[in-house]
Amino acid sequence: MTKTTPLWEVFIRPRNGLSHKHVGSLHASDKTMAINAARDVYTRRNEGTSIWVVPSISITASDPDKADENFEPSEDKIYRHPTFYDIPEDIGHM
Amino acid sequence: MYSQGLINSDTQIEESQEFLDAFQARIDAEEKIEPNDVMPQAYKKMLVRQIAQHAHSEIVGMLPEGNWVTRAPSLRRKAALLAKVQDEGGHGLYLYSAAETLGVSREELTEQLVTGKAKFSSIFNYPTLSWADIGAIGWLVDGAAIMNQIPLCRCSYGPYARAMIRVCKEESFHQRQGYELMMSLAQGTEKQKQMAQDALNRWWWPSVMMFGPHDAESTHSDQSMRWKIKRFTNDDLRQKFINATVPQATFIDLKIPDKDLRWNDDKEGYDHGPIDWAEFWNVVKGNGPMARDRITARKKAWDEGEWVRDAAHAYAEKRRAEKIAAE
Ligand SMILES: [Fe+2]
Ligand SMILES: [Fe+2]
Repeated sequence: MTKTTPLWEVFIRPRNGLSHKHVGSLHASDKTMAINAARDVYTRRNEGTSIWVVPSISITASDPDKADENFEPSEDKIYRHPTFYDIPEDIGHM
Repeated sequence: MYSQGLINSDTQIEESQEFLDAFQARIDAEEKIEPNDVMPQAYKKMLVRQIAQHAHSEIVGMLPEGNWVTRAPSLRRKAALLAKVQDEGGHGLYLYSAAETLGVSREELTEQLVTGKAKFSSIFNYPTLSWADIGAIGWLVDGAAIMNQIPLCRCSYGPYARAMIRVCKEESFHQRQGYELMMSLAQGTEKQKQMAQDALNRWWWPSVMMFGPHDAESTHSDQSMRWKIKRFTNDDLRQKFINATVPQATFIDLKIPDKDLRWNDDKEGYDHGPIDWAEFWNVVKGNGPMARDRITARKKAWDEGEWVRDAAHAYAEKRRAEKIAAE
């Protein structure tokens, strides 16, 4: 049986000060090779200043089929938003 | 190219003048410092201290307000208060996580809080005596916190700055719900108006003190400004807060309890009366009216949650064992 090469998720910090953002994935045998490959594949046009790689197998994701029950409950909680409260115009920004 | 871990906290480097100057040059160029960058030990220490205190304040800050959730006078007010207290719990989490990027553990931080070693904002050592206090806290205490937190969004340490951006975004309804509550009391019956005024009387000075000692007495201020952890001095922020708040009080016909308060044309701001620093230091040293209650409440919650943490660990262990057995 051929040995499979592990999959890695790649995160790039686009600019100094911003957080890392998921940009894609790649296969590599270990973390150093994953970083090297990520640099070669994902930062050829100045896309970033820092790279994180995470074994895809380490990522736990929410179930897409449960998106409604997971996220719909926050929709009707309008009192979590500033516009829910009546502040007279004269007060200006608050 | 090489790979390395995320938290580089144990790297000991010799802090030569050259190294410190290079670090300062990065700060001066408005570069953000990230967890795996080399940084002076003193910078790290200052950040851990500040972020931990900030995190503890968010957590302890849930107590005075949580105290009124079940007694909120309407469903609307209860939902708002519950949502606010829930947010503060989240703020504590973001901040603890930012501190953890510097190599301190959550367990250490929790330990410091429940043993009474940690400091947190002096404001949470005051009691919430009436429903109007909930309005006063949102309006004044969150108002003061926002003044302080907005410049922290530009702090030189990346994880702290990013946590603050999230916090500030969530914070925006906290002050509005408080002011709205105060306004409805101030425009209500004579008794309700008195309640609002009484809350303002008790919370005004503690809120003004939240910005900390005057600049001349503030020990870490200069270095903190140089490293761009802080962007404004305590007195600058206090002045901004007073200037913003006085017209808000006037608008709802409440009186700020400071007989020396008056507009100063030259500085385009309000002059205010002397601050009772003896009271401030007394509260900071842990002698505030509610200091012991706050720590006791945190310790009780932590101790009584122990079996839940243990059970979660045991359950995870069992699941792991089952999975191995099945393979
Ligand atoms: Fe908060
Ligand atoms: Fe808040």
